[in-house]
Amino acid sequence: MIEARGLTKVFQDKKRGAVRAVDGVSFRCEPGRIYGLLGANGAGKTTTLRMLATILTPTAGGATVAGFDVVAEPEKARASLGFLSTATALYGRLTAREFVEYFGRLHGLSEDVLGERVSALLTRLEMTEFCDRRCDSFSTGMKQKTSIARVLVHDPPVMIFDEPTTGLDVMTARTIISFIRECRERGKTVIFSTHVMSEVEKLCDHIGIIHNGRLLAEGTLEDLRVRAGIRDLEDIFVKVVFEAGGDSA
Amino acid sequence: MSLHNVGIVYRKELMDSLRDRRTLISTIVMPLLLIPVMTIGFGSFAVSMVKKAEKETPKLMILGGEDSPGIVSALRRLPDADFVPDAGDYARQISDKVIRAAVRIPPGFEASLKSGDPESVEIFVYEGELKSELGGQKLRAFFDDLRQRTIESRLAERNLSTAILRPFTVTKKNVAPEEKVGAALSSAMLPYLVILMCLTGAMYPAMDLTAGEKERGTMETILTSRVSRTHLVLGKFLLVLTASIATALLAVTSMGITSRMAADMFAKDLPAGAAQQFKLSISPQALAAVFALVVPVAVLFSAALLAISLFAKTYKEAQSYISPLMIVVIVPAVASLMPGVELNWRLALVPILNTSLVSKEIFTGTYHWNFIAVILASSCVYAAIALAAAVHLFQREDVLFRT
Repeated sequence: MIEARGLTKVFQDKKRGAVRAVDGVSFRCEPGRIYGLLGANGAGKTTTLRMLATILTPTAGGATVAGFDVVAEPEKARASLGFLSTATALYGRLTAREFVEYFGRLHGLSEDVLGERVSALLTRLEMTEFCDRRCDSFSTGMKQKTSIARVLVHDPPVMIFDEPTTGLDVMTARTIISFIRECRERGKTVIFSTHVMSEVEKLCDHIGIIHNGRLLAEGTLEDLRVRAGIRDLEDIFVKVVFEAGGDSA
Repeated sequence: MSLHNVGIVYRKELMDSLRDRRTLISTIVMPLLLIPVMTIGFGSFAVSMVKKAEKETPKLMILGGEDSPGIVSALRRLPDADFVPDAGDYARQISDKVIRAAVRIPPGFEASLKSGDPESVEIFVYEGELKSELGGQKLRAFFDDLRQRTIESRLAERNLSTAILRPFTVTKKNVAPEEKVGAALSSAMLPYLVILMCLTGAMYPAMDLTAGEKERGTMETILTSRVSRTHLVLGKFLLVLTASIATALLAVTSMGITSRMAADMFAKDLPAGAAQQFKLSISPQALAAVFALVVPVAVLFSAALLAISLFAKTYKEAQSYISPLMIVVIVPAVASLMPGVELNWRLALVPILNTSLVSKEIFTGTYHWNFIAVILASSCVYAAIALAAAVHLFQREDVLFRT
């Protein structure tokens, strides 16, 4: 499970002074559910997810990942999560197998368990043909599969996806979407950020609309439709942002 | 689990670096190739230049001497020298390398030699220009010989022995250890080279493992894994240190082999003393002592380079930060080569310069244990500060995610 309580992040900017990138964001996501964080570029999605992944420390508020506090027990929190985004690249000079094994070892897997786990993953993700080639020669699809193998190698109960389909072609994006669904079926807690409405409609059990660092609306797709009195998610998003006095562009 | 992760990070970085052509070039190829090419290449060039200059028949000019025909004709008979007529503008001709040197014979020189009046012969050369100096030497040798013969004949006329001119002799005896005499040049150069190689060996991996990772997007990937930032930076630091020390060791090995080869190659072309200057004769104890002193310097470089490169967002930006550091390191290392710069308690606390100076002493067989202890301790303190700074910076998200 993931629970965020008043998560806040303030950055010091030389020109703009103190910038509240995330401002008091609270939500929770249960195992076997997908929580979609919907927002435009610069809304605060990545900063929120980076705080959950313990890459950034919250300025105020807090969060727990699988019961571990992200500030007090960051290593245990990281051990319980898999984080995937288009910004998380591969080590080009390692092979896919070496890359996945490296992360497995860092997560404390014994060599026996690691060997079995990696072989099973490479087979399941249909990577056996290219898994002993260096990552710098991979196509985008191969890279995404390798990244998926990385986040799965330690079998974490929580998965965080930060705009995982940005810049991907349709076929690769579909692989990612079906993988996210699979995570839910396996009972994992999934947080998913995007600005693509169709992906949210397809995937998410619960949606949070984030703008200017604040969580403006939250609920299931049906809840949001009823509250806004509109069916189309894009229209709902624009209405929510507009009512909050923000720029919907 | 804890330190185990440092080892995992280190092994991965080692494997990664060994597959990186740029790291291999800066760590292995450069010291193994550059030093032999520089030593033998430069040595051969210098030797061939000297030989060429010696073979050349210099053009010389005699100024005056109309009333000293005997001396002028003896000069003209000198082998391997061409004499040109007195054109008056000897200084310009020497500067323009038309002639190499000139000699002014004073009026009535031959008559003065006979009468015993003192006279002064002037030789004009372009100082610092090898061929001009060689031409001047030829003229000087002629007049030295003439003076000697004049003295001998004057003594003979008075029935005196030439021994009267040498009531006693003075001989200089060396008390420095044998290796100190033999390897003066190489012992001065070696610490400088080792320190420089420690820096260049660490430079590329330090940038690749920090700014390079940020640029390639793998920094965020690794930060989402379970490994703590302290263990991550320690693993990376150990790899940079390995590269630094490996480069220095390869440089010393390469220099050891090359210097022997160069000494043998140039032995027949150079005077015995000069050839000996190429030869490195270092005892294993000296090498071990210098190695122990260089390790903290390598730690200092590795940690400082990691910390500086971590600030950069890209590899190129890291390069622009690190280039000035090269000068900061080279200046104290070169300062140790200057004559007269000797170890004292103040200099023993100056990082890099202290190690360079004490290593020079050790290589030439002198062990100042008090200085060695102070230098080792101070270097360790500097290294610890740099490493603590690197670890601290890795915890700062404004450095890791600088935009």
